[in-house]
Amino acid sequence: MDALSGFFAVLDATLRVSTPLVLAAMAGLFSERSGIVDISLEGKMLASAFAAAAVAAVTGSAWLALGTGILVGIALALVHGFACITHRGNQVVSGLAINILASGLTVVLGIAWFSQGGQTPALGSDARFMPIDLPLVDAVSSIPFIGQFYGDVISGHNVLVYLSWLAVFGTWWVVYRTRFGLRLRAVGENPLAVDTAGLSVSRLRYCAVAICGALAGVAGAYLSTAQNASFVREMTAGQGYIALAALIFGKWRPVPALLACLMFGFLDAVAIRLQGVVLPVIGEVPVQAIQALPYVLTVILLAGFIGRATAPKAVGIPYLKER
Amino acid sequence: MSINTSSIPLPAWLEIGLIPVLNILMALFFSGLIMLAIGVNPVEAVGIMINGAFGYDEAIGYTLYYTTNFIFTGLAVAVAFHANLFNIGGEGQAYIGGLGVGLVFLTLDQYLPTLLLIPLGIIAAGVFGAAWAFIPAWLQAYRGSHIVITTIMFNFIASSIMVYLLVNVLIKPGQMSPETRAFDESAWMPFMHEFLGWFGMEVTRSPLNMSLFFALLCSVFVWVYIWRTRWGYELRTSGQSEDAARYAGIKPKAVIITAMCISGALAGFVAVNEIMGVHHRLLLNFPAGYGFTGIAVSLMGRNHPVGIIMASLLFGVLYQGGAELAFEIPTITREMVVAIQGLIILFSGALALMLRPWVVKVYLKFKPVDEVVAA
Repeated sequence: MDALSGFFAVLDATLRVSTPLVLAAMAGLFSERSGIVDISLEGKMLASAFAAAAVAAVTGSAWLALGTGILVGIALALVHGFACITHRGNQVVSGLAINILASGLTVVLGIAWFSQGGQTPALGSDARFMPIDLPLVDAVSSIPFIGQFYGDVISGHNVLVYLSWLAVFGTWWVVYRTRFGLRLRAVGENPLAVDTAGLSVSRLRYCAVAICGALAGVAGAYLSTAQNASFVREMTAGQGYIALAALIFGKWRPVPALLACLMFGFLDAVAIRLQGVVLPVIGEVPVQAIQALPYVLTVILLAGFIGRATAPKAVGIPYLKER
Repeated sequence: MSINTSSIPLPAWLEIGLIPVLNILMALFFSGLIMLAIGVNPVEAVGIMINGAFGYDEAIGYTLYYTTNFIFTGLAVAVAFHANLFNIGGEGQAYIGGLGVGLVFLTLDQYLPTLLLIPLGIIAAGVFGAAWAFIPAWLQAYRGSHIVITTIMFNFIASSIMVYLLVNVLIKPGQMSPETRAFDESAWMPFMHEFLGWFGMEVTRSPLNMSLFFALLCSVFVWVYIWRTRWGYELRTSGQSEDAARYAGIKPKAVIITAMCISGALAGFVAVNEIMGVHHRLLLNFPAGYGFTGIAVSLMGRNHPVGIIMASLLFGVLYQGGAELAFEIPTITREMVVAIQGLIILFSGALALMLRPWVVKVYLKFKPVDEVVAA
């Protein structure tokens, strides 16, 4: 029984740490499926995390914070779109610029506004997204395995965690079951064909990057107002890149990307538990090895040693309308 | 009918002179807006920065010390760029370059004289940096994985490896902070104030060391390599059109690997300045973002060694002036420089062509269209 609750605790932690990854991976999916490379997930998350924490600290409203996070995410996405879609600039350079800008600006503004070394003030529980208990937790708790699983793992998260599950379903539905999704996939594979069909490549791509910005904004707001109770400098700590890795690992599809995020989240949750533990046969596993694993796995996948990761064909190529 | 401005050629002084300057001015304009937003007078800030970067000889030393790092990483990005490769991995390559220096010096610094140790350290930094760039290069050339993604991933992997090694393996015994023992003094790159002292010149101590000369030497080497050798020609051809290169008998795979290895070696040389020149021990996070700044430097310098040296100097001024600014004005921190750097990458890189149509329009006012198109 003890081992079981320990295992459930790890699963519970997995869901919590993979939520920002899931949201960011879905964000990246929209952008990359439309043909716009997005290495700026990291920067968008960081800027949104700061904006959300700042608004929550001032207004005390978690929902207003979430809204601001989304707006900041969209604003940065539009900068990215302006550079890559309107001016056909290099998408990697633009993404990198946004990451670096966000990394500097969040600290500069944080110090100017709150003078706490770049941090925002600690948020009270009413300015944060707090864990909520799902219905029937007490009623089913007596059922052995399932009841405990429901109570310990499924229930007791904040609303953004549940929203992230909805985001995966929503992404799947939009991308595979709607007309917009069909066009989105088409513009990422063959923009010329979309253009020939009389649709605006630019407008589709702007829509896609805006959705991407909004989702990355939720991911950022989650970091500073749900998972933690304030903004800390560089608090994304590479999670935007891990989300990108998960997106590639999931071969640019929602459900496999979700599974990749859960796997990376699980590794992270396990890494904390394994600190200093000596395993049979392997011995003590260095935490750094587990932390580096998502990156190593992505490289191995990209090299084609475990299946093939085929990106949307037009990704990274600016579209020039023939004159 | 509107004309397509991108097909209209502009004279060189507009194309490589005015437009880049306008782009930087745009970036600085927005930086000024940020300063206004946090209640700092931008004009006053510029004054403090310039004085902080050039006002006294110690300041100049610091400025040139930062410049040295940027020359290395800027050249690294530029060499890869000419082969149409985007090396985002300078950070990791510099870090692993430091590992090379550390391993060589920790084993040999007791036994060899300075004259052997310094070249050995430089070679180690280059070889280790190149090796760290070789893997993504090989994967791109032979396995079709994208260099941008793999070099990003390799930055994180390098960081994990270095944390592991410094915390568990290379750490000086009986010490809490994760760094190695200091190298023997015979392995130190001479400081510039010592070097100038030999000629009887009195200069205040600063971290500036003789790596600056090596950086300038590398700039010359890169210029010769790219524009004056067969290999450089192959590199540029392959960068512009892989198919054309293959048709001409050039092997694009070999070019990818050579270009990335040279790029990685150049990034690795950051360790020469930082580890051999200043810290004299291997420590955590010494590349401190220099690899990423190299991208801004290379974009600003238009991938040409002369441009890169000038851009490096500007970033040296920004870094040292920024430190002074953070000291003088409490509401400003060094991160302001990071934000400015982001704006420079945005306007000189991603939005490099934003202003071109306007410049073309103004240019055409002074020159008839037929003449320009015919030329």
